[in-house]
Amino acid sequence: MIIDLQKFIKEQRPAWTRLEHFLDMLERNPERRFSMDEVRDFHTLYQRASADLARIATFSSERSVRTYLEALVARAYAEIYETRQKGRRFNPIKWFFQTFPRTFRKHVAAFWVALIVTAVGSAFGGFALLLDPAAKEVIMPFSHLAGSPNERVAKEEAAEEDHMQGFKAMFSSQLMVNNISVSFRVLALGLTWGIGTIILLFYNGIILGAVAADYVAAGETQFLLGWLLPHGSVEIPSILLAGQAGLVIAQALIGRNDPHGLKQRLKNIGPDIIHLAGGLAIILVWAGIIESYMSQYHEPVLPYWLKISFGSVQLVLLFFFLFKSGKSAKKTNKESRPSLARVQST
Amino acid sequence: MSDLQTQSLTIRTPEGIVFPLLLASPITRFLALFIDTAAVQVVVSTLGLLTPLLLPLGVDFTFAMFTIASFVINIAYAMVLEWAWRGQTIGKRVLGMRVMDENGFHLTPYQIIIRNLLRFADMLPLYYMLGGIFCLVSPKSQRLGDIAANTVVIRMPKFKEPDLDQIMEDKFNSLAEYPHIAARLRQRASQETAGVALTALMRRDELNPQARLELFHAIAEHLKEIVSFPQEAVEGLSDEQYVRNSVDILYRS
Repeated sequence: MIIDLQKFIKEQRPAWTRLEHFLDMLERNPERRFSMDEVRDFHTLYQRASADLARIATFSSERSVRTYLEALVARAYAEIYETRQKGRRFNPIKWFFQTFPRTFRKHVAAFWVALIVTAVGSAFGGFALLLDPAAKEVIMPFSHLAGSPNERVAKEEAAEEDHMQGFKAMFSSQLMVNNISVSFRVLALGLTWGIGTIILLFYNGIILGAVAADYVAAGETQFLLGWLLPHGSVEIPSILLAGQAGLVIAQALIGRNDPHGLKQRLKNIGPDIIHLAGGLAIILVWAGIIESYMSQYHEPVLPYWLKISFGSVQLVLLFFFLFKSGKSAKKTNKESRPSLARVQST
Repeated sequence: MSDLQTQSLTIRTPEGIVFPLLLASPITRFLALFIDTAAVQVVVSTLGLLTPLLLPLGVDFTFAMFTIASFVINIAYAMVLEWAWRGQTIGKRVLGMRVMDENGFHLTPYQIIIRNLLRFADMLPLYYMLGGIFCLVSPKSQRLGDIAANTVVIRMPKFKEPDLDQIMEDKFNSLAEYPHIAARLRQRASQETAGVALTALMRRDELNPQARLELFHAIAEHLKEIVSFPQEAVEGLSDEQYVRNSVDILYRS
């Protein structure tokens, strides 16, 4: 049976046009709120278009009308059945001091794994350098680290002029951009089932261990701590946070001991990944400022005890923040995922 | 490997209506990416031209601001536009594409951030090679970021309202003078035949003259094989007029 297409289109066209008009309005202004009458009207028009699509799909082989109606129904469908909860107003203070550290604690096991991988990499890098000092250029392909630590320390301590004068802010911004990019890469490589994340963490650890071994072996431990601790005490944990997020993604992909399907697992961890990424990016902005404005200055400009103390206190505060902040408000946090037991009991 | 031309994602509504969302091919996605990259470059270059305005605050500060602003623009471009334009960036808008939830819904802020944050993995090792490979082999043309965010990129061709006025309205139909044969035509013609004839009529102006003649001749011959009208009814009718009259009979009860 073939329906009277011309009559059918003539009768239904005004409704389709009205529905299209509603959809255009929503696309131009997604925040627009309809009145109750408009919502009712919109819903009725959607149902009519759906019914028309069903009719034309069943009775007529006319392709253009069908394609037009399919596109119309597809657009309206997203509006009608969009029942997911709208996001609440974002509170940056609450997010940073509560949501972010809570997310860190929720996946703390992944953080420890990231730390262990980096530590193993450091041990490997340190031993490799001590066993074969000639491998230094291969392990640390950075020109400013290639020379002798003693010569560098002597040169830096003898400097009378401010060698950072005139480009501190620029250097700081470059550090921020570079560190955040590297961290996001470490995080995103979690999509390789964590292999890419682990490789980058391990490689980072190798460089760190080799640098540390080089300076310690040269008897420049104090300089090393004074140089690295002020910014490293926040920068290295941030890279570990990126590794943590990457491993959380990997865990969701692997799905061991998780009864949910892959899609649901990825959906569950999505917000957590964003919280970790946002938090580590903020910490890296701070690390960039400290590295440029403090770490690059040594004795006699800045005494080592001051820099080491600053770095140590900062490290303690960071871990206190990550492990304690937002704990008191935990019970009122509605954002946290309900446990499986709670879901099953309801 | 998936068919680049005909890929679609089928959605079934609670009312039982089924409609397809046409998935964008990796090639069109790459073109959109190219446009977006160019757009970001234009914005960053414009920013570079405006940066000297900050020079009174210091050269160091000015360059720092430029470095940070360029980075933020690169990271936030797609996120901001996909949020503001419901899944579209400039490139996607130009090429009629949109990012959507896999179930046909709009994107949530989380989905937008995740798919763009994980772009860092898709970009590896060079020029979105990893993302491109995943796009080619995944059944829904998804790059890694899309898989993690449960999103798809769909094509949104703009369909005009159907217009059948050009076919027959108010014109004399010599075939309709023979209602018993016309009824036989309605009964015997398949939906496919009717559909082909109607589509040919609706798109006739897109055809070149020779192709148009040949197409309508072939359709008319096929229709004449189904039923045969008396000679006086078809005398002087061109093939295209014959098809037009037949379609009028088929689609008008």
